[in-house]
Amino acid sequence: MLHESLFSSSKKMEDCLAKKMEITVSEAEKRTGRNAMNIQETYTAYLIETRAVESQSEGQCAPVESLWRRYSEFELLRNYLSVTYPHIVVPPLPEKRADFVWHKLSADNMDPDFVERRRIGLENFLLRVASHPVLCQDKIFYAFLMQEGGWKEMVNETGFQLKADSRLKALNATFRVKNPDKRFTELKHYSDELQSVISHLLRVRARVADRLYGVYKVHGNYGRVFSEWSAIEKEMGDGLQSAGHHMDVYAASIDDILEEEEHYADQLKEYLFYAEALRAVCRKHELMQYDLEMAAQDLTSKKQQCEELATGTVRTFSLKGMTSKLFGQETPEQREAKIKVLEEQIQEGEEQLKSKNLEGRDFVKSAWADIERFKEQKNHDLKEALISYAVMQISMCKKGIQVWTNAKECFSKM
Amino acid sequence: MSGGAASAPKPLPSSGPKSLREMPHPLATSSSEEMGPALTPSPDLLLPRSIADKDLSLPNGTPVDTSSPASSSSLLNRLQLDDDFDVETRDLFVTVDDPKKHVCTMETYITYRVTTKPLPEKFVVKGVVDRFSEEFVETRRKALDKFLKRITDHPVLSFNEHFNVFLTAKDLNAYKKQGMALLSKMGESVKYVTGGYKLRSRPLEFAAIGDYLDTFSLKLGTIDRIAQRIIKEQLEYLVELREYGPVYSTWGGLEVELSEPLEGVSACIGNCCTALEELSEDMTEDFLPVLREYILYAESMKNVLKKRDQVQAEYEAKLEAVALKREDRPKVPTDVEKCQDRVECFNADLKADMERWQNNKRQDFRQLLMGMADKNIQYYEKCLTAWESIIPLLQDKPETK
Repeated sequence: MLHESLFSSSKKMEDCLAKKMEITVSEAEKRTGRNAMNIQETYTAYLIETRAVESQSEGQCAPVESLWRRYSEFELLRNYLSVTYPHIVVPPLPEKRADFVWHKLSADNMDPDFVERRRIGLENFLLRVASHPVLCQDKIFYAFLMQEGGWKEMVNETGFQLKADSRLKALNATFRVKNPDKRFTELKHYSDELQSVISHLLRVRARVADRLYGVYKVHGNYGRVFSEWSAIEKEMGDGLQSAGHHMDVYAASIDDILEEEEHYADQLKEYLFYAEALRAVCRKHELMQYDLEMAAQDLTSKKQQCEELATGTVRTFSLKGMTSKLFGQETPEQREAKIKVLEEQIQEGEEQLKSKNLEGRDFVKSAWADIERFKEQKNHDLKEALISYAVMQISMCKKGIQVWTNAKECFSKM
Repeated sequence: MSGGAASAPKPLPSSGPKSLREMPHPLATSSSEEMGPALTPSPDLLLPRSIADKDLSLPNGTPVDTSSPASSSSLLNRLQLDDDFDVETRDLFVTVDDPKKHVCTMETYITYRVTTKPLPEKFVVKGVVDRFSEEFVETRRKALDKFLKRITDHPVLSFNEHFNVFLTAKDLNAYKKQGMALLSKMGESVKYVTGGYKLRSRPLEFAAIGDYLDTFSLKLGTIDRIAQRIIKEQLEYLVELREYGPVYSTWGGLEVELSEPLEGVSACIGNCCTALEELSEDMTEDFLPVLREYILYAESMKNVLKKRDQVQAEYEAKLEAVALKREDRPKVPTDVEKCQDRVECFNADLKADMERWQNNKRQDFRQLLMGMADKNIQYYEKCLTAWESIIPLLQDKPETK
């Protein structure tokens, strides 16, 4: 299974699913149902709509296919993809729970704003997978989009859960591996730092948004007091009153500004979660490398054993050696049998080591290719995000200038 | 010798926490008069001066030097054009100058010299300030100067006993102890103690003025609080921004291709921080003080109204007294006549005063609020420039290796 996926990475972007099919997550709906333990629960279901692109040139509009999926099914899909394609930096899902909120945003999963942003995030996830040269060809992914019933069973039948590496095993490998590829070590370090810096950025940004909100809203008070003041004035009245109105406009403008900024935060969050996907690939490499080192070590020790038996010299301490000393030497026949077994094992071991080596090298090669692809995507996306952030700031400044210019004109008429 | 005139805005030379012997005493002239070592003027203690040191070359109350920078409150410049009294009819001239900063163990404060002609003594008025920039001190000095001039010019207030006490007393503490209301801040300097006459009815127009002034003070107070709150929120926003910008820089350090764009964003945010700091500073130094002066002016106008009421009440009381005596003299006694004159004069003066005040107020607030709008526009323009300038940097495609 692993080999299949590795070889198919040579396909180009043009063949990817995203070009052939329009995919949207168009709606979100609250549902209640009974779960596996027959307990009633409330959850949100998302409508996935797909439409083939090709037939549009004939003047026909292809029919829209649709089905509903809930978040946990997305999670299942992603887990499957992570295990099945460990050399790929698998796109992340939007956050499970609302994080990095500033005070106005609700941290509630059922909150409509959160649901809306999650809907967009899920759509983004599907588009990312559909535009990945390797992942888009996966049958389970296709079924996720097209086949509502029986999909879960289909996934489970792949038995991917059995292939998943245990966390403990992975952690063990990380500590004990002796010769990992340096590039992966550096990449792991980078992804740790990236995660740290983006978290920090998101936290501070949320606080900045909070404070900015306060500044704008307090200006709303000017609106009220100018209005009250204008009531006792003669010539100054009109100017004050209309200036007050502009202050109200100013105070209200912050809501849209900050809502737009949330999109920027979401773009950053995606890459925060991508850092985790990067780390997963590095961990897989470490695991494979460790496995390889262990296999090599095992082979070496078996060869040694064999040699000892053949020459009769005991170079290393072994229980067998001790017992034979205590209970007497083995017969030559017994020894021959042992040597034979060991030789078989050694041969097996050598073949295994060869294939593990090959696997390891293939993994490194294809993983690194995807990492390069990911780096380019990341640089492109983040640049776009920064540009859109700057554009947002420019728009905010222009609005500010407009409002205060209007207010100034009103004051000038006082 | 005129007092310390303001030049370019820079911190006022401080007397510093050095030995008092070295510190030139605020009242000392160029001559060698030396005061005792422990003489830090206490807040309300005014020190005696001999008549011999009367300085004859003081300006006689003409407007002070207006060559100071435009950044001083324009309100005060406006007030300068106000004086159209005949110089010859005046017999009292007051000037506030010579601001000096004093740093002592317990407190730091600024003193001004109040010079009154023809009265020979010179006094020290304390003004506690938060900021010691020469600019602000000069603003204050002008305000105090103008304020005292207004009282001096006022046909009624200039004769006020308490005002005279303020200008002449060697030791205000003594007067304090006598239970008289004393000046702790400018606005209360002419607090008139009622003479015991009760006013029957205030004419409608003066009642309206009173109501107006009450509401006006209230609204200004609210605006003051709002402005303060905005400054506070802005400073808190600034604190967060100062942490925000550098994180982009840290990130830039991790990246290769994104390094420049991220650094650019970091620098941009830094520029916005500077702009915001300038805005808050401007509002604190230029906007708030002027607003507060106006609240105080409103207070003093209210006091004038009260005085008017007193004068009217006195007249009415005397009139009543005469009516009760049932004199059949055809003429009203001169005493009552005088009172009536006073009332009519006062009313006329007050109406004129109020009209002038209203005009000034309109001009001043127009300017003040336009100034506030201007500062905000400038802030946004600075930020706009910063963000627009990094767009090309962000869009720039680096050379591929």
